[in-house]
Amino acid sequence: MRIELVKRPQRSALFSVLSPFIAFALTIIAGAIMFALLGVNPLNAFEIYFVEPISQVWQLHELAIKAAPLILIAVGLSVCYRANIWNIGAEGQFIFGAIFGSIIPVLFPGFEGPLVLPLMLLFGMVGGALYASIPALLKTRFGTNEILTSLMLVYVAQLFLDWTVRGPWRDPQSHGFPQTIQFGDSAVLPELMPDAGRANWGFVFALVAAVLAWLMMGRMLKGFEVRVMGSSPRAGRFAGFGFNRMVFFAFLLSGALAGLAGISEVSGAIGQLQPVISPGYGFTAIIVAFLGRLNPLGIVAAGLVLALTYLGGEAVQSALGISDKVARVFQGMLLFFVLGCDTLIHYRIRLIGMALTKPNDAAKLEAAPKLEEAR
Amino acid sequence: MDITVNILLTIATAATPLLIAAIGELVVERSGVLNLGVEGMMIMGAVGGFGAGYLTGSPWIGLLAAVIVGALFSLLFAVMTLSLATNQVATGLSLTLLGLGLSGMMGTSFVGQPGERLPNLYIPVLTDIPVIGRLIFGQDPVFYISIALTAAVMWFLFKTRTGLTLRSIGDSHSSAHALGIKVIRYRYLSVIFGGACAGLAGGHLSLVYTPQWVENMSAGRGWIALALVVFASWRPWRVLAGAYIFGAVWIGQLHAQAFGIPVPSQFLSSLPYLATIVVLVLISRNKRLTMMNTPASLGQPFVPDR
Repeated sequence: MRIELVKRPQRSALFSVLSPFIAFALTIIAGAIMFALLGVNPLNAFEIYFVEPISQVWQLHELAIKAAPLILIAVGLSVCYRANIWNIGAEGQFIFGAIFGSIIPVLFPGFEGPLVLPLMLLFGMVGGALYASIPALLKTRFGTNEILTSLMLVYVAQLFLDWTVRGPWRDPQSHGFPQTIQFGDSAVLPELMPDAGRANWGFVFALVAAVLAWLMMGRMLKGFEVRVMGSSPRAGRFAGFGFNRMVFFAFLLSGALAGLAGISEVSGAIGQLQPVISPGYGFTAIIVAFLGRLNPLGIVAAGLVLALTYLGGEAVQSALGISDKVARVFQGMLLFFVLGCDTLIHYRIRLIGMALTKPNDAAKLEAAPKLEEAR
Repeated sequence: MDITVNILLTIATAATPLLIAAIGELVVERSGVLNLGVEGMMIMGAVGGFGAGYLTGSPWIGLLAAVIVGALFSLLFAVMTLSLATNQVATGLSLTLLGLGLSGMMGTSFVGQPGERLPNLYIPVLTDIPVIGRLIFGQDPVFYISIALTAAVMWFLFKTRTGLTLRSIGDSHSSAHALGIKVIRYRYLSVIFGGACAGLAGGHLSLVYTPQWVENMSAGRGWIALALVVFASWRPWRVLAGAYIFGAVWIGQLHAQAFGIPVPSQFLSSLPYLATIVVLVLISRNKRLTMMNTPASLGQPFVPDR
């Protein structure tokens, strides 16, 4: 059997809406097979994985906590990917945002007041943007592949954070635990509804960022520039758009958003710096960006779905004793199916059996005698 | 003298997985396909190899399993990018993410278990020759495979007709298709070869380098292998040189940590990654070299028209 792609005359509007849903359905089917192989009743597992973690109000708050960094990072990445610029080092920019943003609460714990938090968030964005400017600079100055440099910088950032919290920034009263001091009250991101759950302002930042990015991509010249540079850099050059400017714009924007996500996570959900502050948000956000069809509003929905895969992973670990790595597997499968289903937007898929004649030839052969008759 | 020999031996052991994975990816990229899933295929090979070795008690079966697992996992990428014409960058990334997750899940029960190690070669008399004996006749079997593989790929790509065809596909898939060459079939085979190599490299990690299973034990080696291919400007012998330079950096920083050099260990650990960036910058500064050697249709999806 062979798969053959037939180009559609124009992109299918139907499948561009349907494809994320088909992908999700396929993921569920593959997940059911996986659970069955692990010796768990799939229906039971799915209830624990996808339903129970969001059946109470406080759990919805947990969902928002996980979704906030994913959406923030993915919104920035979607702009990059639309411009055909491949920043895959958001995890590192997230970490540097967290470190930069923590300068005030860690080094100047005496500094308090309403100014602290805005400054921290600003520092976080600057930190992320600065770290993202490294691959941007190397790409524009030397033509170095940004995929590899931005990814390598993730490892460097993780090691740097590890050194920071074990070395100069370690809390002297931590009894040797590698962590900084707990942030003061004015350095903690407030919760939205403290009575109902833990969700903090990070989720609001994520929504605002998504809406602003959506406006930019659809309504502003800059968004048009991003799309033109992504689909046809040559056309962009004729229009007077600078390639180097675009590389910097995309990297700085996505870096700043990842940095904001980093400092929000540290000052909101964690409350101090630790050796590990992210369960791979920067990488999962890549999946979020694609599942959301690189559209900022789609990303909000996709971020909530991926956040649920994290919560579900924790739930099946405690309830069924399956490794919480199952979350990673679900995320990976989801991205696979999304990419595969996206093919349906531009192509019709035909399955061709092992027949000796191709269907087209067969049709011609059949048509030939009829032509004879007609004569 | 003995210390020097030992250091050279550890450098060879560190360089071997990089070399094998990079040689595989080189063939893939020469055919015009960019597979960013090397890290994922490598870690799947590592967990598959360890698992099979642990369950059967035979490291050789483990090594074979690593190759098969890597090849099968790359098939996933091949179907997506070649038959469904998906974006190669995104698909490769998802292969890596899926591989890291799947290997973590499959390996949960292997954590902390003692593994099987492939024995080093030992030929009486020859291996006992001072200094060069152990370097030439006393290394692990995968080392010899890696050298043979490099030579074979060099011969295949530049001395055979099929190799020439493969390179022509990488430079212009449309022209190759117009000449009646089965572009997709060549690319399928290349991707699977790359997957088998990445799997073998992973198997070396969990059956020779550190015979145990540790989550994420590939530690970015798959990505470094990808960088090596660029660094080598798609030439096999330069991949060999690059892999040994990186092996030396990797071992050098470990020794520096052991000697207690007054630099935080985290900075030393980040050296291989920083070295990768520096090397990439140095090589990409030479625009002519890169332009001349990059397969022209690298990373572009190809849908045959009729």
